[in-house]
Amino acid sequence: MTVAIRVIPCLDVDAGRVVKGINFEGLRDAGDPVELAKRYNAAGADEITFLDVTASSGNRETTFDVVARTAEEVFIPLTVGGGVRAAADVDRLLRAGADKASINTAAVARPEVINEITERFGSQVLVLSLDARRTTDPGCPSGFEVTTHGGRTGTGTDAVAWAREAAERGVGEILLNSIDADGTKEGFDLEMIRAVRAAVKVPLIASGGAGKPEDFPPAIAAGADAVLAASIFHFGPVDMIARVKRAIKEAGFPVR
Amino acid sequence: MATPKKVTVLDYGSGNIRSAVRALEHVGADVTLSRRAEDVLEAEGLLVPGVGAFAAVMKALKDVGALQWIGRRVAGNRPVLGICVGHQVMFEEGVEHGIRTPGLGEWPGSVELLPAPIVPHMGWNTVEPPENTRLFKGIENERFYFVHSYAVQKWQFDVTQPRMQPPAVTWAEHGARFVAGVENGPLSAVQFHPEKSGDAGAQLLKNWLGTL
Repeated sequence: MTVAIRVIPCLDVDAGRVVKGINFEGLRDAGDPVELAKRYNAAGADEITFLDVTASSGNRETTFDVVARTAEEVFIPLTVGGGVRAAADVDRLLRAGADKASINTAAVARPEVINEITERFGSQVLVLSLDARRTTDPGCPSGFEVTTHGGRTGTGTDAVAWAREAAERGVGEILLNSIDADGTKEGFDLEMIRAVRAAVKVPLIASGGAGKPEDFPPAIAAGADAVLAASIFHFGPVDMIARVKRAIKEAGFPVR
Repeated sequence: MATPKKVTVLDYGSGNIRSAVRALEHVGADVTLSRRAEDVLEAEGLLVPGVGAFAAVMKALKDVGALQWIGRRVAGNRPVLGICVGHQVMFEEGVEHGIRTPGLGEWPGSVELLPAPIVPHMGWNTVEPPENTRLFKGIENERFYFVHSYAVQKWQFDVTQPRMQPPAVTWAEHGARFVAGVENGPLSAVQFHPEKSGDAGAQLLKNWLGTL
């Protein structure tokens, strides 16, 4: 009788198209985020996340259109991140049909925006997207540093302290992405998950480093309530979500 | 084909209501999104959505003049379905950050913080419907999508009159047992989001339409 561990595929969307080519059999249009969201829904995804990587703000309109078309057809929670700077951006995403918005750089730059958004829409709409890396910087006693701009820019801010502050300010959830593990396919950064888990009560989504189904249960044992990944689902076999869930279940954790 | 059931989704400025509209249309309802008294009172079914804080939802309901509408529908045996905070406001009061806010008071009880190590309760959880459920028929063993930090942890509605139909109360658990659903004559409410609970949620909405 416990809440299931959520398995969440993440799609990078640029000007209304999925960025990394996805290789699924029978897909009419592998670049269409709506088609892919439907496919993942049918494959057993517990939520869908879109990361809007559109560089030019002029092309952002396409994102709202994608969100609206997805919400018309996919009846599971939809989170959208990228380009969220103020409560007005969250308002537009919610109106388009998103259930949650994730915020990253803008919250690091101006933490008060977390209070502004969650006081207006409630904690449940806001996910803190936290890109962290290992550091020996004495200003980061946990050994983990907050980065921005997709991990390219270090901030000198302690990642665990930032997670705690963001939770106190009102975020309903934290998406913890290990910049060091991301892309390695060698497993999650378990120490990082443990460190953030010990600091916050809000649900924790682990991301970065998944290469095979067996990589997921240790992240959950370390304290993750949900797991998010991209390439393992995009380039893996069509039943990868089911395989990941099987591995999680066999390790003794509940899945849907 | 049977005539589609006419359902109004109460539009009082609460979060993502588009999903509720689409999910109802998906299972065959004729949906109107409205805050006009006649649409709210005359529809065969009224859906009351709600996200965010209890106090904010009560204020928004008051601002559009909707506080009496639910009671009026219930008195006229007109079905209502509350979702998430729309479920919570059916109770007597909500307690958030130590502040008590009166609810619609259709049922006794208080909405309070869940004593769980991880809050909000976010994700897909199991439920325990009673034998006499209509909403959960055929989906008793499915999981539904919850997002909330507060819940009704004590059911205090004692039916002492033998002629009264006892309400069907569905329980779930996160840190404590809490009320996940109530079916009480024309008034029903669920703490989770059927419009976000995939096929199981669609079936629940379909079951509700079947009661209209």
